[in-house]
Amino acid sequence: MTAVNEDVAAPGTAAEREKVQTPLQRFLSDYAESKIAVASFVVVLAIVVVALLAPVFAPTNPYDLTTVTVENKTLAPGMAMNNGTVAHLGTDGAGRDMMSAIIYGLRISLSVGIGSGVIALLIGVSVGLIAAYAGGRVDAVIMRLVDIQLSFPAILIALVLLATLGKGVDKTIIALIVVQWAYYARTVRGSALVERRKEYIESAICLALSKRRIVFAHLFPNVVAPIIVVGTMQTAHAIALEATLSFLGLGLPQTEPSLGSLIANGFEYVHSGHFWISTYPGIALLVTIVSINLVGDRLRDVLNPRLQK
Amino acid sequence: MTVFIIRRLLQAAVVVFLMSLLVFTGVFLIGDPVEMLVADDADEYDREMVIKNLGLDQPFHIQYWRFLVNALQGNLGESFVFEEPALLLIVDRIPATLELAVFALLIAVVLGIPLGMWAGLRPESKAAQTIMTGSILGFSLPTFWVGIMMILLFAVSLGWLPSTGRGPTQELFGIEVSFLSWRGISYLILPAVNLSLFKLSMVIRLSRAGTREVIHQDYIKFARAKGVSRSRIVLVHVLKNIMIPVVTVLGLEFGGLVAFSVVTETVFAWPGMGRLLIESIGFLDRPVIVAYLMIIVLLFVFINLVVDVLYSVLDPRVRLQDVKA
Repeated sequence: MTAVNEDVAAPGTAAEREKVQTPLQRFLSDYAESKIAVASFVVVLAIVVVALLAPVFAPTNPYDLTTVTVENKTLAPGMAMNNGTVAHLGTDGAGRDMMSAIIYGLRISLSVGIGSGVIALLIGVSVGLIAAYAGGRVDAVIMRLVDIQLSFPAILIALVLLATLGKGVDKTIIALIVVQWAYYARTVRGSALVERRKEYIESAICLALSKRRIVFAHLFPNVVAPIIVVGTMQTAHAIALEATLSFLGLGLPQTEPSLGSLIANGFEYVHSGHFWISTYPGIALLVTIVSINLVGDRLRDVLNPRLQK
Repeated sequence: MTVFIIRRLLQAAVVVFLMSLLVFTGVFLIGDPVEMLVADDADEYDREMVIKNLGLDQPFHIQYWRFLVNALQGNLGESFVFEEPALLLIVDRIPATLELAVFALLIAVVLGIPLGMWAGLRPESKAAQTIMTGSILGFSLPTFWVGIMMILLFAVSLGWLPSTGRGPTQELFGIEVSFLSWRGISYLILPAVNLSLFKLSMVIRLSRAGTREVIHQDYIKFARAKGVSRSRIVLVHVLKNIMIPVVTVLGLEFGGLVAFSVVTETVFAWPGMGRLLIESIGFLDRPVIVAYLMIIVLLFVFINLVVDVLYSVLDPRVRLQDVKA
């Protein structure tokens, strides 16, 4: 993986290579210029793999009630549990191995964050494209709605929704979708308005292509870059927001503990010095969010034509 | 100018009205207040009495009209839990929350603008890169977790600062504040720093981006050619021009600080209105939830209005454009 990237990013003869590079290759070599960004990408990939294969990587199944006993309650990191397994990150107040709980929690955090992000993206992108292409009153109404929503902080809207809907996986996902769609809609509309005035859309209109075809086959591919950037950042944001809501006791129920719920459980033990219960899930959360953000940051620099040399 | 302000006021009134409709629909119709007010073993007659007393047998528009009329008279209902007017409960908690938010904002501005300008003026330097990495961390770190880590470090391990509650308060112009005594400040430091981290990163990024953009403008080149000193260019010409985005975003973000204080107040057991909201959600205390949301909406609309007006003072083009349109 890294070998390929270094090869592509080899210095010198940049002008020569420019001719033979496909856009994807150019994108990859631009991206790989930042070592941190490459490392972050590898970390994100590793986290996703660990989360997907949680049962393989976790030393124990933290939600198998037959093996979880209070005998193992709040063991310090490195101590052995009663079945002989060493709890490298300690155990929580119910006697669960923290490392296993974190891996399973990561899986829940990621699926809620990415799942809500994908749905919000689909809704936001469609609405944004429609607003940009329809223009006039439709555009004005949609954008006013977006403006009003974005003038309130995401956490407040999520709080309102969860206060009225109650907690639960589905409700948390709904809240996260409602919070996120407006960002996509605004981003897409902005870039679509710019693209719309260009000649290729004009010629598509002259060819009497259907509106749907112009919007989705011609306009959409040209606004993908900003969507990717916003999507990466929003995913990190959604994961953090879900953790915050679960910490406040409004997000996911205790039966589906995400990293936020794990931290909330550990918060009870902070004053008695059992630091590991809330520290380690937090570090997992932090590494996840920071690496996704770093990838997003690099993507923005690479995909933004204004910053290109 | 007057036309501009009147226009904005009308817009604000429309937004408040729409939001009251949304909050009402959300809180009163999606949830079922009867379910929690009536005991499980209540018979059909008791249920109907409760429904009648709450006016829940009326059609939607009449219920909403009642709510609106009461709200305009400052009556947002009585808390089920505290048996006090909900509005009073919230208003009592406002000073604590505002104190926290104002201090967080101060920290963000006083540290953020110089750091951001520094990073913008010397983008390749080690210091600038450290500042920017720090700001990415500030964006990424979940506030509540940083709060817990701060408690672990400064309160539990080092024992330097208290970690829960608000310090002793004194009266200042009729408002209870806690920053007048050292003890009060010691209680304020951890929550205020915690709340400011996110905004601090934002101010750093805004000032850096603004500085990098402004520094290449013709008027800066002209000032340089004219022989204006470097410090004057930075402190007057650059600073003034990066202030527009910073003021706008900070103004808008002040509401965000108040909203986000929900999290900080929960972590540090700070007795503000955010903590009251979380407690009320736990108790399903609807009148308090509605009162909180309406006050926050008003606050946001007010802030947007002030920012718009300030913006038009700072940048006359905005005002002219609006009048023409």
